[in-house]
Amino acid sequence: MTIGVPVGPARRLGAPRFAAWRVASRRRRTAAGSRPPPFPLLAAAAIVALLGLLPIGVTLSRAMQVDVAAAGALLFRPLVGRLLFNTLALVAAGTLTAAVVGTAAAWFVERTRLPGRRIWASLAAVPLAIPSFVTSFAWVSLSPAFQGFPGALLVVTCAYYPLLYLPVAAALRGLDPALEETARSLGCGPWQRFTRVVLPHLRPALFGGMVLVALNVLVEFGAFALLRYRTFTTEIYAEYRTGFAGPQAALLAVVLMMLCVAFLAIESVARGHVRYARVARGTGRVATRYPLGRARLPVLLGFVVLVVVTLGVPLGMILFWLTQPGAAAITPAEVSAGILISSTLSSLEYGAAGASLTMILAFPIAFLAVRYDGPVVAAIERAAWLVQGVPGIVVALALVALTVHTLHPLYQSSLLLVIAYAILFLPLALVSIKASLQQAERRLEDVGRSLGLGWAAVTRRIVLPVAGPGLAAAAAMVFVAVVTDLTTTLLLAPIGTHTLATRVWVDTSTLAFAAAAPFAALMATISLLSTGLLAHRFGGTNRLRNDLTPGARR
Amino acid sequence: MTALYASGLEKAFGPHPVLRGIDLTVASGDVMAILGASGSGKTTLLRLLAGFEQPDSGIIRIGNRVMADQRDMVPAEQRQIGYVAQEGALFPHLSVADNIVFGLPRRQRRAQFRVRELLDLVGLPAGYGARAPHQLSGGEQQRVALARALAPGPGMVLLDEPFSSLDAALRVETRQAVTDALAATGATAILVTHDQAEALSMARTVAVLRDGRLVQVATPETLYRSPFDADLARFVGDAVLLPGAAAGGWVQCDAGRLPLAAGAAQGPVIVLIRPEQIRLTTPEIPGMPRATVTDMTFYGPDARVGLILDRARPAGGGIAITARVAGHNTPVVGMRLGIMVEGTVTAFAVPASISEALALD
Repeated sequence: MTIGVPVGPARRLGAPRFAAWRVASRRRRTAAGSRPPPFPLLAAAAIVALLGLLPIGVTLSRAMQVDVAAAGALLFRPLVGRLLFNTLALVAAGTLTAAVVGTAAAWFVERTRLPGRRIWASLAAVPLAIPSFVTSFAWVSLSPAFQGFPGALLVVTCAYYPLLYLPVAAALRGLDPALEETARSLGCGPWQRFTRVVLPHLRPALFGGMVLVALNVLVEFGAFALLRYRTFTTEIYAEYRTGFAGPQAALLAVVLMMLCVAFLAIESVARGHVRYARVARGTGRVATRYPLGRARLPVLLGFVVLVVVTLGVPLGMILFWLTQPGAAAITPAEVSAGILISSTLSSLEYGAAGASLTMILAFPIAFLAVRYDGPVVAAIERAAWLVQGVPGIVVALALVALTVHTLHPLYQSSLLLVIAYAILFLPLALVSIKASLQQAERRLEDVGRSLGLGWAAVTRRIVLPVAGPGLAAAAAMVFVAVVTDLTTTLLLAPIGTHTLATRVWVDTSTLAFAAAAPFAALMATISLLSTGLLAHRFGGTNRLRNDLTPGARR
Repeated sequence: MTALYASGLEKAFGPHPVLRGIDLTVASGDVMAILGASGSGKTTLLRLLAGFEQPDSGIIRIGNRVMADQRDMVPAEQRQIGYVAQEGALFPHLSVADNIVFGLPRRQRRAQFRVRELLDLVGLPAGYGARAPHQLSGGEQQRVALARALAPGPGMVLLDEPFSSLDAALRVETRQAVTDALAATGATAILVTHDQAEALSMARTVAVLRDGRLVQVATPETLYRSPFDADLARFVGDAVLLPGAAAGGWVQCDAGRLPLAAGAAQGPVIVLIRPEQIRLTTPEIPGMPRATVTDMTFYGPDARVGLILDRARPAGGGIAITARVAGHNTPVVGMRLGIMVEGTVTAFAVPASISEALALD
């Protein structure tokens, strides 16, 4: 198996938008032939790619409307500096704490005789299924002291440390124990072995995970807004709310997009550099685990605290407020069963519609990317890659601007919201669709043909059984992402339409915590159930893919 | 001088005993192969010697230093024993040169101390120092792993199935390079392998491990010609085993009256003949044992011939035997041939129960 790239299960868990993405040109093409792609497919993919780039185009063109001097004045004001500082400080601190917590947890689970390792290992992945603004809701409703930077850092660490835990744990499992034994025989003690052998091996996983955390922090809106921590996203939203949805917001959005794209670029360049091929297959032996000795109790306690903080508080606070009457919160409000049902239904409906459209739009690009080669295909893939760099708030704002001015019938329509979801989650869907299509390799189809099957039979008996589960998983992931999405829904939902996410938002913003709780509970339940089902059902997908990919061993 | 002395080594993983009392002495400068089938405990023995595991009981002394007994052990990093893992285990994040100097003090690492010399020792060009491990073939990786193990100048090197992952052609070449490098440094080497050809060709002493016990420790020649028992005879090579009767340094069996290598055996025995000792002659000479060719596998330089040997007492058909003949003169299936055995043979005493069964035959 190839070690180096954190092909973490993070990708499968859905909730954060950024999981892992491979840039087209670096990927080994397994089945790309020299045939040119059929024109209808190419056209469809190109149209989708253009649609994906639309928000970038709109934002840039609106930002261009400002003349240079005004733009300078707008960009170089103290507010922008403060936003930049706030955002980057949180990015830096959040990636670091997530890296430390994630690596420590992974090391103890994978390399020591920690009691209850399996339980800790599964609990470490769960926070990914809880939307970070729900985590924010929990902490803010616990005490207003959690507002501001410390609270934001806490929420970021809780929500995103699995993005480091998962790849680092996978890298630790993949580390050939013979390497450390050889280092021992060459005179290296425990600390030297960690710094000179283990850490270099973890570097790609660490780095990849940290960039993912950074990207997620950059685009996060709801969690920070609830904590009253001002970043680019919250400021863009504020400008939108105060009616100046014009050039200022567009300029801020351009800065934010540039930050995102910069991080994306760092990630893909670094991934190309630090890819360590495992030199040999190794013995496949399991590494010896260190006994914890006296550290056993403190370490166990550490894990208990970690789980209480990352899962206990968010879920516990929801439960607590569920049992409270509406009047117990700072702002009393009651929830009627009718609203509960209607917002659950609209969440589910949008989830289904969003997932369907995203899958339909993503499929041509994914198919093209897996089966064909060439400059046009590469350009389309690049475009899809770039879409990752567009935060939800920027997508939403661009679509608002576009429809208010030119396509007014679409403004505040459900269709527009679903299109926004499709653009936003296109990259997420692409990763999994491509992965599952790669499993249905061309040579399998060739074998089917040679056994006398027509294309319909090949599709029914080979492609669907092999790729089908992966496609279903992709759709389910987008579904969860839509249900837990706040930003886009908040800006684009038709007036009078509420989803679970926007309900949590509204009630938490007005400090009606008890009122927010049932919505948060429902949303968390949907997300946890779907993700749990996904992980259970498709837990082995990555492994299977690695085993089947030719050349993956080198 | 004794490089390694181990006595009464026992090791169990959970309820499964892996080593059941190993006594082993290795002379300084020796190249010893520990030969055993998978599950015989050979890798565990090596890991005890390296210091990766602690013995449940017994003592390990290397040079004059006690490395482990049932209470204490010197950790692997302080034993100064070179270790070459299966498939080399080169550090993938370091260049070949950085791999080689890995075990040296910081200053010598910076200076790339002796990299060129060590590369030369293992038969690799000096230009390889800058390469990344994954740019090397499997055999080259093994050579670099050996250079890395030898760099700190250990008195002893342990090699864990170093050639098992290489394909046949590469294996021969790499084996030779490793043998030469070990000979040049004069380090004591212990090599673990399941490949009898590897053990016989590389080692000066072969220790055979079976079910956690050492069965025989001998030179390759002795081991092959006079193995301890019939099972071992089959393990270290192809074997033709025939019932016979020994007396006065000779043994009488269906393949004729043959001289014994060691003349002590008396009475009913099992006779060991190696297939390459068997000569096939045409036409048949009267009085000579005869056989019919049943099958043949042609390899090029030589061929393996399956035969049914006529029995002296025509009791129950013939006995299937194999012969190894040169490739330029192979018989045809169905041919009747005379059999002649060259050299001496080894006889194993037959346990009483079996000899009675044979007597009835």
